[in-house]
Amino acid sequence: MHVPDGFLDAPTSIATGAAAVACVGTALAGARRELDDKTAPMAGLVAAFIFATQMINFPVASGTSGHLLGGALAAVLVGPFTAVLCMSVVFLVQSLLFADGGITALGTNIMLMGVTTVVVGWLVFRGLQAVLPKRLTLVPFCAGAAALVSVPAAATLFVVLYEIGGTADIPLHSLATAMIGVHVLIGIGEAVITFLAVASIIAVRPDLVYGARRVLARRELEVRTSTGAAT
Amino acid sequence: MGAGHGHKLHFHGHSPVHRAPAHLKILTLIAFMLVVVATPREWYPVFGLYLLLVVAVIALSRVPPTYILKRSVVEVPFLFFALLLPFVATGPTTEVLGVTVSQHGLLAAWGLLVKGTLGVLASLTLAATTEPQEILLGLERLHLPAQLVQIMAFMVRYLDVVTGEMQRMKVARESRGFSARNPRHWPVLARSLGALFIRSYERGERVHLAMLSRGYTGRMPR
Repeated sequence: MHVPDGFLDAPTSIATGAAAVACVGTALAGARRELDDKTAPMAGLVAAFIFATQMINFPVASGTSGHLLGGALAAVLVGPFTAVLCMSVVFLVQSLLFADGGITALGTNIMLMGVTTVVVGWLVFRGLQAVLPKRLTLVPFCAGAAALVSVPAAATLFVVLYEIGGTADIPLHSLATAMIGVHVLIGIGEAVITFLAVASIIAVRPDLVYGARRVLARRELEVRTSTGAAT
Repeated sequence: MGAGHGHKLHFHGHSPVHRAPAHLKILTLIAFMLVVVATPREWYPVFGLYLLLVVAVIALSRVPPTYILKRSVVEVPFLFFALLLPFVATGPTTEVLGVTVSQHGLLAAWGLLVKGTLGVLASLTLAATTEPQEILLGLERLHLPAQLVQIMAFMVRYLDVVTGEMQRMKVARESRGFSARNPRHWPVLARSLGALFIRSYERGERVHLAMLSRGYTGRMPR
């Protein structure tokens, strides 16, 4: 999935690199509001979690399997700014320590799989939350829908980038059909897994899910004195 | 686990390549790869020169070539894409071994193959000769925002802890007879994922509190 060196030409790689720097800079400022002085340890641990997540293989059929991208999941769990930081650091570590994804394509990888999946995922999530009733059980559904849209969105951006700076002339419509078609399928898998994972976290620690905080804030504290006084 | 240990790709050594300052190595890697990517793919001999250069650095670092080659498997998925290109690209066609393929596609596949391979080899050389701690210090010297370096430092530090936790959960699942074979098993894996997130997040909170109790104010001590 990672874009290697030489896949896009040098000007496009530099342009996406500059865009990635701008996005990460914005995320750095924004994450301070989401996490304050907890940013470094929390985002670091969540980045390690995202890295581990991408190592879990989900069997599809007859021996093939895929793994989660995790952009939308991270956005719902820790908030969009922290999620962008986590995803960017994951790609940086993968590129420098694991030779996964080219160093010149780092900006491209961050923009495609970090920023696009997180931003699109978060917008869809927030949009749905605004429309749907504010209930805790609906948060996993919104997260799943966010994941569903985020993967084809990243594929679309890839097609656009490839059209601008691609190194082989593949007809646009056939590339677009193939890429987006395949990624709609991947998106469905991502949606199901994101839904299940968020649902399982909400069942245990709903307070940890950033996307559920608004819903939780509306719940009133119940003080049951009549039964509590007995002990 | 713990500081001082190399990551999975690190090959311990004391060659000049190992000893070179990490920030110079990172800058060299970026500059080298930018030049490679910007080189027109028709300049065949130049790529031979690049390859010689990478091989010379690997030889100088005394990292066994088989060590690097074994780890080049990260490239495999995209080799398939490169092999596919001559058949899907348009333009004038030519015949190779009796199969009609696109000339442009063939050229593009060559470009992808050679640039991607050079990229993987060069990155692997950096990873094999540089400790993660050195890479972090190098990035700091390159004036990457301190916050980002800190996040990366925590990620590198806890990577083995979190993946180890995941591995133990996998062993626990499988010792109870679970094996993931088809999408019906997704709920189990997804619940493990949820548990892993809660454990990672709570570990992050504990680490933060431990740091606070040692006087952390949002800045790492030198």
